[in-house]
Amino acid sequence: MGNPQNNTDIKSKIKTFETSLNREIQEKSRKTVLGIIIFLTLFILSSIIGRFNISNLIEFPNIFNYIKKTLPVLRLQFLGYDLGVWYSSRNLYLREMFDTILIAYAATLLGTFFAFLLCFPASKNLMKNWWLYIIARRLLDFSRGVPELIYAMLFVVSFGIGPLPGVIAIAVHSVGSLGKLFSEVNENIDNEAIEGIRSTGGNWFQIIRYAVVPQVLPNYFSYALLRLEINIRASTIIGFVGAGGIGQQLILAVRQFRYQDVSAICLIIIACVMIMDFFCEKIRHNIIGRENLR
Amino acid sequence: MIQINNISKCFGNLNAVDDVSLIIPDGQMVGIIGSSGAGKSTLLRLINRLWDPTQGQIFYKGKEITQFKGRELLRWRTKAAMIFQQFNLVKRLNVFTNVLMGRLGYHKTLPSLFMMFTKEERALAIEKLDRVEITDQALKRCDQLSGGQQQRVAIARAMMQNPEIILADEPIASLDPRSAAKVMETLRDINRKEGITVIASLHHLASARMYCERIIGMANGKIVFDGKPSELTKEEVLKIYRVEDAEEELEHDIENVEMLKHQKQGRKVAVPG
Ligand SMILES: Nc1ncnc2c1ncn2[C@@H]1O[C@H](COP(=O)(O)OP(=O)(O)OP(=O)(O)O)[C@@H](O)[C@H]1O
Ligand SMILES: [Mg+2]
Repeated sequence: MGNPQNNTDIKSKIKTFETSLNREIQEKSRKTVLGIIIFLTLFILSSIIGRFNISNLIEFPNIFNYIKKTLPVLRLQFLGYDLGVWYSSRNLYLREMFDTILIAYAATLLGTFFAFLLCFPASKNLMKNWWLYIIARRLLDFSRGVPELIYAMLFVVSFGIGPLPGVIAIAVHSVGSLGKLFSEVNENIDNEAIEGIRSTGGNWFQIIRYAVVPQVLPNYFSYALLRLEINIRASTIIGFVGAGGIGQQLILAVRQFRYQDVSAICLIIIACVMIMDFFCEKIRHNIIGRENLR
Repeated sequence: MIQINNISKCFGNLNAVDDVSLIIPDGQMVGIIGSSGAGKSTLLRLINRLWDPTQGQIFYKGKEITQFKGRELLRWRTKAAMIFQQFNLVKRLNVFTNVLMGRLGYHKTLPSLFMMFTKEERALAIEKLDRVEITDQALKRCDQLSGGQQQRVAIARAMMQNPEIILADEPIASLDPRSAAKVMETLRDINRKEGITVIASLHHLASARMYCERIIGMANGKIVFDGKPSELTKEEVLKIYRVEDAEEELEHDIENVEMLKHQKQGRKVAVPG
């Protein structure tokens, strides 16, 4: 140390390092600027295409008129009676709401099952066969790419009105989004366990079963519950196109100008979604918390 | 007999293993030494076929294992069990299940996915765990074990494979001296009693000398030394580790080795280093 040759040596090393560091910083900031430009362009384009202008905002209060019409007459001294009138079809609504939750539940189960099957070939670190990987990926992209409502419309045509097309529609969409999330979880696991099982002579399925699944299962479960929350909301909508559930009642009420029924149904939906969200989140946090404690 | 013919493994334009030829008779206990990046791990992975060589062949009992594909390849991996520096256990599974993993190569895919291992296999697993003295931990999850314990689980798993060869990649590098001695003794025991060929890469010169009957020195992907521990002189060590002058640390290690060699004649030394 301290001898002059060493000194110049380390100096030149620092210099080369600094130049490469600078180059990297420049590269990064160029990318950031490019990103901002793309974002702004898209934003402006979308507001032009969406015909967004100030006058729309001024007309906006129309919606308040509609809401006002849906409000029921509630008198304090006849509260019980008025509520009874407002919710005269409560049994029907509750039954439909229950159906809606069942649709979401069945769809989530189905979706999780197929996402589980598809996510392994769709993970780059697990699937070395390029063709299978691409096929699995595209399949997930495709099923995720189409909104539930559109699937529901298609399936209502082929299966007829009722909850079945709704279940299938939501399930198909769930396969796509869950499969993508699952495969991302797979791509983040550590490779050591995989190599360990491979070195014993385990085949692909055995590697998945014993090296991958034990690591990813808690995450899958948490994502599936989150999907259940989302699907409950989705399943209230698909009734609009005749795919079962409370949405069918809501769209009927809207079409027949039964203003007060609209608000009654909306309140039921909001309450149920809130309750289910609450419980799903509780369970999810419980799982995550338990995992972190280990 | 393992016969390695002019094998190479390239990463880009780096030759991690560079034209290595080697013959290892059955039942030998071989230590591979060499500085970091010399290609020790790469060589062991090539033998297990975790990685494919860029060039060259490996033969075992007359069969070219570098040609193996599909089922035959999996059978080979089962036969040439691997032990890793980082243990490579499935940490979320318990010790017992991890040991049973060594049987995967013997099972049909579908039943094996449902943990359907036979009664005999379960008994065998306990037997192997007993051999490495961690039967009492059998139902613990592996992430709750110490490094030394995990390495012994890994050895038990390797033994479950009923291997003919054990490839140990720095099996004691992350262990304290006592656990290290225990692991090395277990390996030697396996080698002597079962006649299993053991090839271990080691960073610890003294252990290599003490436990192996043959030492191979690697530098820059090439073999630069191959002989008995007694032939590993100070000059050879300096050549393997490519230093002109012995640094203090290395000097110390070499002295240690000389000392151990003398002691070995007398009584058994359990704790190297
Ligand atoms: N997956 C990889 N990709 C690219 N280069 C690699 C890869 N694995 C190893 N190498 C390179 O190959 C060379 C040999 O690596 P190897 O792991 O065999 O060394 P080693 O002798 O085991 O060293 P150590 O004692 O540090 O474990 C190193 O220069 C390393 O950088
Ligand atoms: Mg190594």
